[in-house]
Amino acid sequence: MDFILQPWAWYIGGPLIAISLLLYFYFGQNFGASTNFDTLCSMAGAGKFSDYFKKDWKERDFALMFVIGLIIGGFIAANYLIPDQSIDLNPTTVQELTDLGFSNVGNQYFPDEIFGQDVFLSLKGFLILIISGVLIGFGTRYAGGCTSGHAITGLSSLQLPSLLAVIGFFIGGIIATWFIIPILI
Amino acid sequence: MRILKPRRILKYIQMKNIKFLILGIFFAIVLSKSQAISWYRFYEMFKFQSFHMFGIIGGAVVISLVFMQLFKSGKIKDINGNKIVPKPKKKGFISTIFGGTLFGLGWGISGACAAPIFVILGFKLVPAIILLLGALLGAFFYGLLSKKLPN
Repeated sequence: MDFILQPWAWYIGGPLIAISLLLYFYFGQNFGASTNFDTLCSMAGAGKFSDYFKKDWKERDFALMFVIGLIIGGFIAANYLIPDQSIDLNPTTVQELTDLGFSNVGNQYFPDEIFGQDVFLSLKGFLILIISGVLIGFGTRYAGGCTSGHAITGLSSLQLPSLLAVIGFFIGGIIATWFIIPILI
Repeated sequence: MRILKPRRILKYIQMKNIKFLILGIFFAIVLSKSQAISWYRFYEMFKFQSFHMFGIIGGAVVISLVFMQLFKSGKIKDINGNKIVPKPKKKGFISTIFGGTLFGLGWGISGACAAPIFVILGFKLVPAIILLLGALLGAFFYGLLSKKLPN
């Protein structure tokens, strides 16, 4: 039980992600997460606006079950499996973020500066989240995949487009953390 | 009394797609427990200040590489006995690099990629709903523009 409640090291998390991929393929489907954004759009009736969404979302019932599982799993983990959300961050990271104006750095998974519950009270907080979301949704669909579909499935099956996409992920991520976060907060 | 063989149980679960529900729960717990949904962990990664996320993603890729070889050689087949062939990714230099960069910007700012958005609903409900709405809007915009965008 103690093991379950402790944070899991990278050499536990990495292999277990690979095993998730293995099971997903073993169950007869292609591992990835971001196609679900399309599927949810189709479900919500986006087919009325674009033929792109005129797909039979019922064919992706397995993926919707997976998504429901992700939500349930997140709820279980948040409430029962992580008694202490503090993270053993690099002291340089902690100092840097504190200097930028972040409080309680690493005491929980998500900083209040971005994930505070009062996001509806501040326009800036709301815009940060909604615009990030739009970038994630648009970017993953344009690139044809996310961290699961490109970085893990695509790279491990030696696909060139995935290498290009991952290079893009890092260009964007580096611009965001090095240059955008400091002016946002 | 009929004995339930494991294969029969698997077939039943397959019918209901319950196996994907369970796999989703498992995957969410793995991501949560290994801190691969934490905003701070991705900040550290993009700042190259920690090995943790590189270890997780790199480790997952290296082990998946072995699985992919076993799929290719047919040593591992899927539940129905078919050969496992990962779908080829769509090709296109601009779409993958530029789309990837846009996603990277959203990922870097919010610390969330596609699967974690759903997992974070269990941690920070309201912010995660906003992220998810944004992501659906983004996918919707892409769907509207997909024919006009360069590949």
